[in-house]
Amino acid sequence: MPGEKILLAGGAIKSWKLLFGLRIFAFMATLVAAIVMSLNRETKTFVVATIGTIPIKATLTAKFQHTPAFVFFVIANVMVSFHNLLMIALQIFGRKLENKGFRLLSVAILDMLNATLISAAANAAAFMAELGKNGNKHAKWNKICDRFAIYCDHGAGALIAAFAGVILMLLISAVSISRILLNSK
Amino acid sequence: MVKLTKRIGGLVLRIAAFGAALAALIVMVTSRERASFFAISFEAKYTDMAAFKYFVIANAVVSVYSFIVLFLPKESLLWKFVVVLDLVMTMLLTSSLSAALAVAQVGKKGNANAGWLPICGQVPKFCDQITGALIAGFVALVLYVFLLLYSLHSVLDPFLLQKS
Repeated sequence: MPGEKILLAGGAIKSWKLLFGLRIFAFMATLVAAIVMSLNRETKTFVVATIGTIPIKATLTAKFQHTPAFVFFVIANVMVSFHNLLMIALQIFGRKLENKGFRLLSVAILDMLNATLISAAANAAAFMAELGKNGNKHAKWNKICDRFAIYCDHGAGALIAAFAGVILMLLISAVSISRILLNSK
Repeated sequence: MVKLTKRIGGLVLRIAAFGAALAALIVMVTSRERASFFAISFEAKYTDMAAFKYFVIANAVVSVYSFIVLFLPKESLLWKFVVVLDLVMTMLLTSSLSAALAVAQVGKKGNANAGWLPICGQVPKFCDQITGALIAGFVALVLYVFLLLYSLHSVLDPFLLQKS
């Protein structure tokens, strides 16, 4: 039926624009999270003891590499932003070959896998950050945010960007799945 | 005949995922050890760490959801909704597993730069049970990824084999 075809074509174009916009935001959010966390570093000098009247100072650095969860966070955000960049390029330059073969299916599956990856990374970093902020009395782990306030603030900013990326990846997966549905009708 | 095998395969996968999530939940909840250290006795429970509490809650949600979906009738319209919900449950599982793993890794190895000492030396049985719960959680996650692909396949006919 020609009327149905026009309706479906309109839906396909609208979902293309929506997907494109969502992907650009997700790419930017995950890239910002990766960059801010990888540049996260603070050096501070503390007085650890006093002998007589001479204070003994020690210089301590808080880096993101000290915590494996943050390293995973940076790597996962780089991977997801690269995936989004690839998909944006595919959407712009591969517009003609949209319905060929397994393209829509592989895009949907890749989107779902990347959504789970970024949710894992953002959550692991969030719980490690909570541990650094509040410490843990039962295990006798001291909090570190009272001494390294700037480090904690930058980390919090990166986490917020990553959680925005999580929500966006979930929406992108939903739109990709609905595009298969639109195509198979 | 093929359809019946596919449907039974999906049901078996879902029962297995339900069992794995339930096992992870139970093993983590029953982990508890009392240790005495120079006349100071302290008890290690799963509620000490926020990440373990989140792990328990996430696995509980996934178990309940799997149990409910087991009884969904075959021709219901809700199967399309089940695909998105399966994705959300997989994201819940990965996030809870990776958070619990991050905290457990600090508990096992400590973090020299932050001055955090490992606690597994004092409560070894607690640590072993947490490891067991995490392994069960990982099995549940792998099964859920397969379930997600299976639901996508059964709902959307993505190989476009049907002529429209």
